[in-house]
Amino acid sequence: MRELHVDQVADAVARLVQEANFDLSDDVKRALANAQSLEEAPVGQTVLLQIVENYTIAETERVPMCQDTGVALVFLEVGQDLHLVGGDLKEAVNRGVAKGYSEGFLRMSMLNDPIERVNTRNNTPAMIYIDIVPGDRLKITVDAKGGGSENMSQLRMLPPSAGWEGAKQFIVETVAAAGPNACPPLIVGVGIGGNFDKCALLAKKALLREVGAPNPNPVWAARERELLEEINKLGVGPMGLGGTVTALAVHVEVMGCHITALPVAVNIECHSHRHKEVIL
Amino acid sequence: MARLHVTTPITDEQVRQIRAGDEVLITGYIYTARDAAHKRMLEDLAVGRPLPFDPRGAVIYYVGPTPPKPGQVIGSAGPTTSYRMDKYTPDLLQQGVKLVIGKGYRSDPVKRALVEYGAAYLVSTGGAGALLARTVEESEVIAYEDLGTEAIRRLKVKDFPTICINDAFGGDQYFAGQSQWVKPDAMVKPKPPIASE
Repeated sequence: MRELHVDQVADAVARLVQEANFDLSDDVKRALANAQSLEEAPVGQTVLLQIVENYTIAETERVPMCQDTGVALVFLEVGQDLHLVGGDLKEAVNRGVAKGYSEGFLRMSMLNDPIERVNTRNNTPAMIYIDIVPGDRLKITVDAKGGGSENMSQLRMLPPSAGWEGAKQFIVETVAAAGPNACPPLIVGVGIGGNFDKCALLAKKALLREVGAPNPNPVWAARERELLEEINKLGVGPMGLGGTVTALAVHVEVMGCHITALPVAVNIECHSHRHKEVIL
Repeated sequence: MARLHVTTPITDEQVRQIRAGDEVLITGYIYTARDAAHKRMLEDLAVGRPLPFDPRGAVIYYVGPTPPKPGQVIGSAGPTTSYRMDKYTPDLLQQGVKLVIGKGYRSDPVKRALVEYGAAYLVSTGGAGALLARTVEESEVIAYEDLGTEAIRRLKVKDFPTICINDAFGGDQYFAGQSQWVKPDAMVKPKPPIASE
């Protein structure tokens, strides 16, 4: 059985959190370039230009593109034939986060307790998601998720009678209510189905897809296009100042659900969508 | 829509010149404060302690910067979402604060307080922290150091770029800007300016 030392996981996480904050991924850059070609409002164009200028500075000077360097989301796809050795996997991930945030001069934004609110000063705890998959590799995906967009996210347990129209209404209303608060142009992650918690997880995982890549199911790919069109009719525009590009992409992930249920979750991501991955 | 240069401290006359939609470039000293610092400032006021800075004519910037790398004045320093400060803002405007900078919608009580006390709400581009940091020439922690990134810093800025969203006359640029671009068949219409009572 293939063995992998958890120290390698810690090192990879430490590197990925920094890369995510310094280097905007190519898929997001392409989506922003596309937005520049589509945006009709002059003020929207000005904002998009600032966003591009900003990520260029971040990349060149190795500084974070946004001061909110995020909560570290760490997704682990662990091959079922892989043996992780040398210690506790989750402890190693948190060690990697602490190291990466400290070495990279990233902001420590995590607290010990939601009511006591004392900063842990090492940006832990990380949010760790573990999936067991076939194979003997470990895929690590890191997303540095900002608080402003996360705060604008919503989940609703709709009645089945609401149907697609009801789901669509809720999703578009959520984006409209987020407006400038979530730093548009946005990437909108949507989960439909599952149960209360799986639905939220679907929405979060939808954000990890390459920006703009459609759902493999053509029916759902068409619904994603429909949502994007409705969202871009809102007029919110870049940073909410008015314009024709409110979202860069809408990604929907779906799952079967109970006969009583139609759960819908909307996880909103800002234009500084910082995600990196590696396979060990 | 005008392009205005203002220098701190901000006078009533300067505020009266600013209209929603104007580009406002700020030069001088501004003070950083976000959630935790606001909570403490209001606690200070409640017991009669002076604020960590003179609020008269002051500019507050809602930001929690990243730590500076060696050789940097400040790390990345873009705006945080303003509504979390809504609860505290009217009291600070009453103390004489003239400009507040963040991003996102404000509550109706804040919009009314801007009119009542003659102040304005400005925004800078969210997520442009590396770019905005270039306008900061000096940074010094002046209070609540234990709050880390949330401590109050005095920043010396040159032509810090903002846009006015809510002016001292009830103008609302989010509404005006979005109304210009919303499609007639949009499922949701732009959030209106101050709701009538």
